[in-house]
Amino acid sequence: MSSVAILIETIDGVVPKSAGELATFAKRMGEVTAVMVGGDCSSQLTNYSIDSLVQVDGVDVSKFGVPAYVDAIAAVIAAKNCDVLLVTSGARGKEIAGRVAVRTNSGVITDAIDIDSEKIATQSIFGGSTTVHSQVTTPLAIFTMRSNSVEIVEGACATSVEKLSATPSTATLKAEVLALEPLVKGGRPELTEAAIVVSGGRGTNGDFSAVEAFADSLGAAVGASRAATDAGWYPHSHQVGQTGKTVSPSLYVACGISGAIQHRAGMQTSKMIVAINKDPEAPIFELADYGVVGDLFAVLPSATAAISARK
Amino acid sequence: MKIAVCVKQVPDSWAEKKMVNGSLDRAGVDAVLNDLDEYAVEEALKIIEAHSPTGEAGEGSGHSITLITMGPDRASEALRKGLSMGADSAIHISDSALAGADSLLTSHVLAEAIKSGNFDLVLCGTESTDARMSVVPAMIAERLGWAQLTFAGSVVVDPAATKVEISRVTEIGAEKMQAQFPAVISVVEKINEPRYPSFKGIMAAKKKSIEVKALADLGLSATPAWSNVKDATPRPARAAGLKVEDSGNGGSDLVNYLAEKRVI
Repeated sequence: MSSVAILIETIDGVVPKSAGELATFAKRMGEVTAVMVGGDCSSQLTNYSIDSLVQVDGVDVSKFGVPAYVDAIAAVIAAKNCDVLLVTSGARGKEIAGRVAVRTNSGVITDAIDIDSEKIATQSIFGGSTTVHSQVTTPLAIFTMRSNSVEIVEGACATSVEKLSATPSTATLKAEVLALEPLVKGGRPELTEAAIVVSGGRGTNGDFSAVEAFADSLGAAVGASRAATDAGWYPHSHQVGQTGKTVSPSLYVACGISGAIQHRAGMQTSKMIVAINKDPEAPIFELADYGVVGDLFAVLPSATAAISARK
Repeated sequence: MKIAVCVKQVPDSWAEKKMVNGSLDRAGVDAVLNDLDEYAVEEALKIIEAHSPTGEAGEGSGHSITLITMGPDRASEALRKGLSMGADSAIHISDSALAGADSLLTSHVLAEAIKSGNFDLVLCGTESTDARMSVVPAMIAERLGWAQLTFAGSVVVDPAATKVEISRVTEIGAEKMQAQFPAVISVVEKINEPRYPSFKGIMAAKKKSIEVKALADLGLSATPAWSNVKDATPRPARAAGLKVEDSGNGGSDLVNYLAEKRVI
């Protein structure tokens, strides 16, 4: 039975649902210790399977970022004798995992989509074209888990919070955050966490209104192809594909996207794919479960109306 | 200023990638300089140009850019590309013991090469388009004990004050960060528009030196892997499903299909 530490990251004080996914994966392997750095957010964890809650003080993650998280986690791993660390795959999460791996001389596997009780991780690599099973061979095994990869299994959470003090290392204090400008939330879910993603490409001709309206009718996130972000039609942070975000929602709707291999790399592990494109020969149709050959400016508004009619 | 730029040769994005014996088969595919590293080379050039008396990088600038790569012999092609963009020299760590190296070993080797160069700044792309881990820059910072300024959407360097400021762009927002030299910086795509090598640049690159080093030259020896691949299976290609022509009710038919499949 393993002792598994999971890192609870918050964005603006809010615990994302990926924390529940980490707890779900961790519980398969053994005892779960949730690591909170900075504030106590345990009131948001009550539905998850967590055996102990540790709140680490002494390091300032809002001022020193990634290395401060590493100082905190290293302290918990030492105190609790953990043999597994799970972190959510994100820009920050992967950096934290990588640095903990260096500091503890441990193996790290990133972007896992599954992990079993024997600590064997599943990854979907090369843009979803190959499935790999791998394991870490060091005493501490570190994994970053891609959001949205598992159905959360709820459970009982510890009620008492243990406090632990960590000391920042010298290197941690070398780079300082002077100011944070939070992302402007448009009221839509985060791209990599959304259950449904509606994306627009070259076919939108720069007009994303129909794509956004359909996305909003489904409570979906909005994505964009590289052609659309390169043209400046949609923010780069919404790019889906090889050099953008990788998404794996239960439904992906590609509108006016031809389906270049770089785009496929970011979405082909979606559970269901729908394509809307004027060109019947567009390669996106090769992987679509359902394809509509037609003008997105005609199809999307009528689909949006049909969704509204069902509500 | 002495700037190092870490670059990697990767399979062309269009190439079909396969796993052989637990690692990526690199031999049978076209290889290019990692797209995202071009932004790092360009940013290094822009930093130098902003502080060069001639407005240009190169010998007269009083500053230098050294490319560092780890990879098989042919990785020198990727170095030539960076040199033809305007970098001054290159270090190529090539050793058969490094085949299939993971991020821990890669960061270790790169950090050792950086240590021997007395650099002020190290620039990297945010990730390689083959492995896509985006952990190596942070790992290098951890190994060197230097400031980590990664995912930079903008970089402003003040050489007189030996200070650098970036805007770190991630899923949590934009963080303004600052550090003294030395620092490890990774730059995001779209921070700049990488230049195409000029004819003059391509010709000049042929004369620039690439220093080839083996592991032993860095005082290192091969280490056992920290993780291993148990199996790798190509995922069955997705089969195309239904394809319907929109004749007025394509939208409502789509919604009916989604409702039938219970995805909405």
